Amino acid sequence: MKTQSRQRFASITGVALVGVLALSACGSNNNTPTSAATTGGSTAAASNCPTGTLNGEGSSAQKNAIEQAITDFQAACAGATINYNPTGSGAGIKQFIAGQVDFAGSDSALSETPKAGATSIEQADADKACGSPAWNLPMVTGPIAVAYNVKGVAKLILTPAVTAKIFNGAITTWNDPAIAAINPGVTLPTEAIKVFFRSDDSGTTDNFTKYLKGSAPSDWPQATGKKWTGKGEGKQANAGVSNAVKATEGGVTYSEWSYAKDNKLSMALIDNGAGPVALTGESVGAAVGAAKIVGVGNDLKLKLDYATKTPGAYPILLVTYELVCSKNKDAAKGTLIKDFLKSFAAADEQAKLQAIGYAPLPSAVQTKVASAIEALS
Amino acid sequence: MPSITGVSAVDELPKPEGRGPFLTDRVPAGTGRLGDRIFGGTATGAGLLVIAIVTLIAGFLLSQALPALAKDKVNFLTSTQWNVDGTPLQFGIANLLWVTVLSSVIAMLIAVPFGVGVALFITQYAPGWLSRTAATLVDLLAAVPSIVYGLWGLQVFGPHMSGIQDFLVSHLGWFPLFTPSGIGAASTILTVGVVLSIMVLPIITALSREVFAQTPVSNKDAALALGATRWEMIRTAVLPFGKPGVISASMLGLGRALGETVAVMIILSALADGSAWSWSMFNGGETFASKIANNAAEFDSPQKAGAFLAAGLVLFLLTFVVNSIARIVINRSKAFSE
Repeated sequence: MKTQSRQRFASITGVALVGVLALSACGSNNNTPTSAATTGGSTAAASNCPTGTLNGEGSSAQKNAIEQAITDFQAACAGATINYNPTGSGAGIKQFIAGQVDFAGSDSALSETPKAGATSIEQADADKACGSPAWNLPMVTGPIAVAYNVKGVAKLILTPAVTAKIFNGAITTWNDPAIAAINPGVTLPTEAIKVFFRSDDSGTTDNFTKYLKGSAPSDWPQATGKKWTGKGEGKQANAGVSNAVKATEGGVTYSEWSYAKDNKLSMALIDNGAGPVALTGESVGAAVGAAKIVGVGNDLKLKLDYATKTPGAYPILLVTYELVCSKNKDAAKGTLIKDFLKSFAAADEQAKLQAIGYAPLPSAVQTKVASAIEALS
Repeated sequence: MPSITGVSAVDELPKPEGRGPFLTDRVPAGTGRLGDRIFGGTATGAGLLVIAIVTLIAGFLLSQALPALAKDKVNFLTSTQWNVDGTPLQFGIANLLWVTVLSSVIAMLIAVPFGVGVALFITQYAPGWLSRTAATLVDLLAAVPSIVYGLWGLQVFGPHMSGIQDFLVSHLGWFPLFTPSGIGAASTILTVGVVLSIMVLPIITALSREVFAQTPVSNKDAALALGATRWEMIRTAVLPFGKPGVISASMLGLGRALGETVAVMIILSALADGSAWSWSMFNGGETFASKIANNAAEFDSPQKAGAFLAAGLVLFLLTFVVNSIARIVINRSKAFSE
């Protein structure tokens, strides 16, 4: 009997302890970063806000940006609920074509040629699923930083050729003459360069390799794509590579700007031929501005010029698109998507994205995106 | 009187003429033949359902993998290439197989002796209050999520492996299994193996503990009465009795180690394409599970999905083969005991 009551007492204490721990995790959600969030977020008049639920899926590169936009939109429009699941661009496109989600986020626009092993074309499939042309609307530009951890080197300048050689394993120590030549006056240590790459298929890898191939084709003969084709150690996701560089002396990697900033990593200045350019919102915006629009009409597929010699343009970036039906089968959802995207593309929302590591759309592209959104129905 | 199972000898006796009706004639007992049939049917149904699920999973893997395997241009089992994005389709699992097997073997070599030792301590040596506490604590190890193990292994435990790695390399570096590579000590196959052993330990301990506790007391008393010391008693009475159970527990643990995904993804550094083949346990790489999980979000063509599912099929078959060998060993040892 005594052991029974002792056991009961012990189990009640255990449950109480667990309950206290669980309830202590309840707290108010203070995620809005700036005080202007509540006032600046309502670009659409709160009185004619549509209600409903939207489901989106896709790119994880734009996860932080779209979550910020969703928080602001839901704060302004109480009746609207938007869910975004960052399962990856490939999964997002598949679900969009299958009609399972209302919009998708993707690091690359819908392709116009069949993928390996398949017979159908993504753009055609999406048009068929929508019943109307599917539009690729660029919404978020994610700058890709070349982050490094080298003691005593606060400012490092890299050219496309040297970058390609580093990530190819052709240059193996930090004090290599090729690096020293473009960094006069900087003492580089003798330690080995440790390259970290993304072991998972990723849009960041895709765009970084496209940059290397576009700007230094002779030094980067390998293919471009979501799978890494250079040398180094593979780590999982942006978080993995950034943490690895932070923990390893002599480490270098390519990762989203926000992750490099969060881990307080030094980022290299890129010299594409017009002088070294640091990674800032404006320099990335200049590169997006130099891109060509290859889509027709309101389909705003961009072709980035990775070899751009525009002064002040930071050339390594990825653009994530929102894939939407130009004429939604469900009119109410169409209105909700339109309002959400309008608030997402608005100038003040875009400016807010800079604080979380994305670059705002330059005004020329932003006006085109805004007029395309107006044409949605 | 109706018996509890609803079946009694009375039912079989010939009924005398003119006798009064028995209770069993009129009232179908709730726990009678109908209850028997329902329970028996449910149990059979559950068993068949499990078999059906396993068969359907195997069927799914085969149907997805065979088209990709047919188009594979290189030997699936011996090639180290992995080009699944375009044509020509070339993929081989030699690297994946070696990393998976090596990390699981390391995990089992550490976890089985430890697990059996802890189980023996809990059942044979520890006083009552300590054995209950120790059992609860070891079971708690199983409650820790894999991702927590991965993060802990990479950031807290991994850096401490550099000392062990340096020691082994300096003394045994000539052996192919111990050649140094450029990978940091926190992200090698050895580190993954050790973390996997910690994840697998609670399974082995819990099951071995149950088995050792079932040892017939008469066997143990007989050994002690013949003058055996505590260790000799364990060696002659407890361990042989528990051997099938320990093997079952190890197979369950091995299944978990072979299929562990998240912890491996976080800890182990992947190797770049075209890296030289290495037997070393200080190298990086990917296991079957971590490779599929790393790329699952980007299965954008049936060919690519088929290649990865072919790797999954190999893992499925590997686990199946290992379990079958274990079953054979258990059955043979059962034939000789008791």
